Amino acid sequence: MNSLFVYCEIVEGRQIAGVSLDLLTKGRTLADQLGCQLEALVIGTGLAGIESDIFPYGVDRVHIFDAPGLFPYTTAPHSAILCKLFAEEQPQIALMGATVIGRDLGPRVSSAMGSGLTADCTQLEIGEYEDKKSGKIYENLLYQIRPAFGGNIIATIVNPDHRPQMATVREGVMKREIRDAAYKGQVINHNVADYVSAADMAIKVLERHVEKPAHHLDSASIVIAGGYGMGSRQAFDQLFTLADLIHAEVGASRAAIDAGFADHDRQIGQTGLTVRPKLYIACGISGQIQHIAGMKESSMIMSINSDPDAPINSIADYVINGRVEDVLPKLISHYKNLTK
Amino acid sequence: MKKLNIVVLAKQVPDTRHVGKDAMNADGTINRAALPAIFNPEDLNALEQALRLKDMCPGSTITMLTMGPERAKEIVREGMFRGADGGYLLTDRLFAGADTLATSYAISTAIRKIGEYDIIIGGRQAIDGDTAQVGPQVAEKLGLPQVTYVEEILSLDNDTITVKRAITGGIETVQAPLPVVLTVNGSAAPCRPRNAKLVMGKKNADVTAWSVADVNADPSKCGLAGSPTKVKKIENISFQAKESKVFSASDQDIQALMTELINNHTIG
Repeated sequence: MNSLFVYCEIVEGRQIAGVSLDLLTKGRTLADQLGCQLEALVIGTGLAGIESDIFPYGVDRVHIFDAPGLFPYTTAPHSAILCKLFAEEQPQIALMGATVIGRDLGPRVSSAMGSGLTADCTQLEIGEYEDKKSGKIYENLLYQIRPAFGGNIIATIVNPDHRPQMATVREGVMKREIRDAAYKGQVINHNVADYVSAADMAIKVLERHVEKPAHHLDSASIVIAGGYGMGSRQAFDQLFTLADLIHAEVGASRAAIDAGFADHDRQIGQTGLTVRPKLYIACGISGQIQHIAGMKESSMIMSINSDPDAPINSIADYVINGRVEDVLPKLISHYKNLTK
Repeated sequence: MKKLNIVVLAKQVPDTRHVGKDAMNADGTINRAALPAIFNPEDLNALEQALRLKDMCPGSTITMLTMGPERAKEIVREGMFRGADGGYLLTDRLFAGADTLATSYAISTAIRKIGEYDIIIGGRQAIDGDTAQVGPQVAEKLGLPQVTYVEEILSLDNDTITVKRAITGGIETVQAPLPVVLTVNGSAAPCRPRNAKLVMGKKNADVTAWSVADVNADPSKCGLAGSPTKVKKIENISFQAKESKVFSASDQDIQALMTELINNHTIG
């Protein structure tokens, strides 16, 4: 049975990207269902010992490509490795993060292999598919499930005839879980020169600045998010006052970001971050489906909105009918009084 | 400075960002008539970068390329209103139903037909699909290097281009050989407005439409037939409605809510 491959992305400080670990977790579950092996693929520079970060997720084989020039990522050498390795190994499924790297690499590889790719999946399942025209039944296909059309519908995509079946997934969408800390698989160190040619190194990275993230929305236990209803950047900034007080992180809807109220990296929703905090406080957010997709798994949801019929209220545990600018100062002052 | 041949990839898309209640039909399909067709926003950012290159290298040519129904000629004209020199529409029933791979194939055949190109530039992604796949796939089909997530073109010499691009948590500067495919982010400089003189001059401009045969494309690689991915199912999204506790904005209500959240250890 052909394997399931996960491309493990290397980030600053020789770490495996969180999203790759999410995918190894999901990949293990899918591989168990299919009865196939889970294989990981790591490309970078100075990777000695990296397999010990990977095996605990239940990985059977780790392919390592370690050579100067493979970090930081550029398209050509990484795609050359994937194309050749996939041609040799014939994986049935290949998964990667829907990151800047995965969304650069995935389409390039899928085009070269003629295999199709579904971007930004929110669910991956195994199931059968009947081709209506030929009546042919395909068993054990990868269901690539994603919101489409600006998040207004959910589409299930399959790739019946071409391999690998490829999909990208955003960080935080799949749960991360160690399978067995003592799990041991096989390490395969490949000779990079067999895969990458000098011509693949044509793009040069001249300069790079990576900063520590400005927020920890992905791991915050309370998230306060502002929407278009905040009205202005100044009003939006008041969310930070409450956030400091109750140890929350501040997120935003796409509409708020498009309006310039908050920075792009704080976007929560289908095309932004997925969060699942203990408490999600939606301030002036109407609740477009594309936003709800990124926060619906929060344990508790509070909505503050002047429109009692705002769609988000229907999924909220607590609804405050009122204008955010009136409610916010009261939340702050009552919190202070009650915790004095 | 050398004269560049620039191809701008642009798509006419339904405005999915402003979906009203009438956008979905009762049967869960999309009511396209209820959604205005617009110039894909990030393709406008790409057009601006192309216009800047033309400013930098006078005598350069900007060719718009789009795919869609007849009315997508508006995209080519809109580009011309802002300074593009001309363009083509790929339109044919055989192109319909294409996934990103079949779309990229069609576009790559049209670019080959255009023939001369130094820079192919488009938006990072379109708002109706959000896949960001067509740029890299066009690059692969043409055997060209690609730089995605471009924020700004910094400089250009005879055979290389230097650009600033966004990466996770930061930025990097990369240098790529020409010809190259670039995709541009929405956070890049906005597109300059229409030029009134160009609008007057070009509003009736003829836009050449190309069929599958015109670009010598293989019909088996186009449209639905050329798409490896198939849609198994489309569902309307519905969320489990919850029983909500409703509060007013009065001091009394807010105090009661805060007390409850603190007591059940949700806050504090």
